[in-house]
Amino acid sequence: MAVKTVLESVHDTLWKAMEEDNRVVIMGEDVGAKGGVFRVTAGYLEQFVENRVIDTPLAELAIIGVGIGMAANGMLPVCEIQFADFIHPAFDQIVSEAARIRYRSNNAWGCPMVIRAPYGGGIHGALYHSQSVEAFFAHVPGLKVVIPSTPYDTAGLLYSAIHDPDPVMFFEHKRTYRLIKGEVPDNLYKIPIGKADRKREGRDLTIFTYGLMLHYAIEAAERVAKDGISVEIIDPRTLVPLDIDMILESVKKTSKLLIIHEDNEFCGFGAEVAAIVADKGFAWLDAPIKRLCGPNVPAMPYNHVQQEWFLPGVEDIEAAIRELAEF
Amino acid sequence: MAAKTAKAKKESLELEMLLEWYRQMALIRVFETNAEKAYQEGNIAGYHHVYTGQEAVAVGTFAHLEAKDHIVTHYRDHGHALARGIDPKRAMAELWGKATGTSKGKGGSMHLASRELNFWGGYAIVAAHISLATGIALAEQYRGTDSVTLCIFGDGSTNNGYFHESLNLAAIWELPILFLCENNLYGMWTPAEEVSAVRDMTKKAAAYDIPAKQIDGMNVLNVYQEMQEAIAHIRSGKGPYFVEALTYRYRGHGAGDIEAYRTKEEVGQWREKDPIVQMSRYLTGERGVPEARLEELQAQVEAVVAEAVQFAAESPEPEVESLWQDIYAKPFPDSMSHSQGRS
Repeated sequence: MAVKTVLESVHDTLWKAMEEDNRVVIMGEDVGAKGGVFRVTAGYLEQFVENRVIDTPLAELAIIGVGIGMAANGMLPVCEIQFADFIHPAFDQIVSEAARIRYRSNNAWGCPMVIRAPYGGGIHGALYHSQSVEAFFAHVPGLKVVIPSTPYDTAGLLYSAIHDPDPVMFFEHKRTYRLIKGEVPDNLYKIPIGKADRKREGRDLTIFTYGLMLHYAIEAAERVAKDGISVEIIDPRTLVPLDIDMILESVKKTSKLLIIHEDNEFCGFGAEVAAIVADKGFAWLDAPIKRLCGPNVPAMPYNHVQQEWFLPGVEDIEAAIRELAEF
Repeated sequence: MAAKTAKAKKESLELEMLLEWYRQMALIRVFETNAEKAYQEGNIAGYHHVYTGQEAVAVGTFAHLEAKDHIVTHYRDHGHALARGIDPKRAMAELWGKATGTSKGKGGSMHLASRELNFWGGYAIVAAHISLATGIALAEQYRGTDSVTLCIFGDGSTNNGYFHESLNLAAIWELPILFLCENNLYGMWTPAEEVSAVRDMTKKAAAYDIPAKQIDGMNVLNVYQEMQEAIAHIRSGKGPYFVEALTYRYRGHGAGDIEAYRTKEEVGQWREKDPIVQMSRYLTGERGVPEARLEELQAQVEAVVAEAVQFAAESPEPEVESLWQDIYAKPFPDSMSHSQGRS
């Protein structure tokens, strides 16, 4: 097993999946000659024929709309939206067509496509290059929403997503691309979509988190462990379908839940998790369910102080853990 | 000389084929009349847009299509569905929202579809299906087939971003797609000329260097002949083609339209060009078909539609369970079931 970054994990998995099956094609802005703005598809154009590595105009609704048509007509397209913030022009296609084509046709057509988009902040991208968009799509039945946080999960989930019969929103936290490294098997492998992963065992409280926040939460959990606070961390890996059983199992054990995401709090994904646990795990709770999320402001600002204030940091998480542990 | 050649061409068309086109147009007309009746009687609900007046466009165009070709269309789709060969019983049942309908009642009027016929259906977000059709064509090009994708939309769609992004892509990738604009002069209740910078929609195709022509969409023979060149161009791998068919909807935008935006005189002028009357005159005149033959076809389609109405009326409602079916290829675990708390 080689140690890879999240970025290398995406690059290598997509590459091997394309070698294995010629129905897999990639399309997006600058994915070909340039190799992608983050270099995810560097070298693809040299390796694969041109009609499998499709450079598109700056036209998101067409990238996704065309991808849906290809997917429903026998292909396995992987469409890249350069930054998750740019996905909104394609929102109609994703919600009205990709998510609905199986339902409206009573299973006559499906839409086995992957929409990859780097999301999240911490890179001084400012108002239109830092957004988290997962909650918009998690709300829509018909879509699957996957957020891998480690190189190992990225490879296994991406390969599953490519061969999933339904449309998969695949959000990669761009700050983790080069920051997070880990061992990744050389061969293609699948991690089932819908299975959470316990990233840390603990007794005193449960943290539900994903993306960059997962790594901050692990660091914070290690700090408080020195003071005898034992934190369990559940990484959902996929928001839809959600592994509700693992979340409930953990809360049953720890009796406390802290939900962390960098997307803003109001109607964020954490609200759904809190509602589910309040409904199905109420009897086990020894404290109110707490959320630590981005603030309810329209976007992540550029200024470094403001950006840091927007993103929950290791210290913020540590403080939230201590407060909840003491409750 | 040109007129003579056109006449010679027309006369070389097989009579049986022409009678079939007549039958299809008559079927659509009778189907729509009965659908409107069922709507007024409260058996069809929601948003209901009939194709009456535009029959020649679908029939003359689809005559060129083969089983391997795809059709992706807009919400005024009953005529397209019937011209492609969808069983009128299943189409009518869908309008009634019945379990026997083409979408088992989930879709209704605007979403008739059949995978077996590569009829992708009516799409009710104006212009959104144009990019879908472009993707379908791209997949066919990738596999190296000579399948043609026909994408039909109205004049209203040509002002939308989907239209422009998709035409651009089809042009740069030389996709096997026919963009067919059914210009019936109104986008819902708004005259096309008030909201489009150009009245001649082919100019929009010219912006993307796509060969284009404007045709009379009220005469089925004319539509058939004009489409020949377009389809041949696409099927031979030369890339997309754009056709603007000038046509007219007799019955307003949808059910309940009081039609304050147009005059009775205008409607009357277009009715004089009625595609079924034109075809009837040609068949009984130049082709010497006895009136009785056409009356026989008319009686036949009326019987087919009466049977379709009866079938729709007698069909069962869909099971409530189907609400939760076909959301994903495999249902989610019970813990994520969308029926929680409701049974």
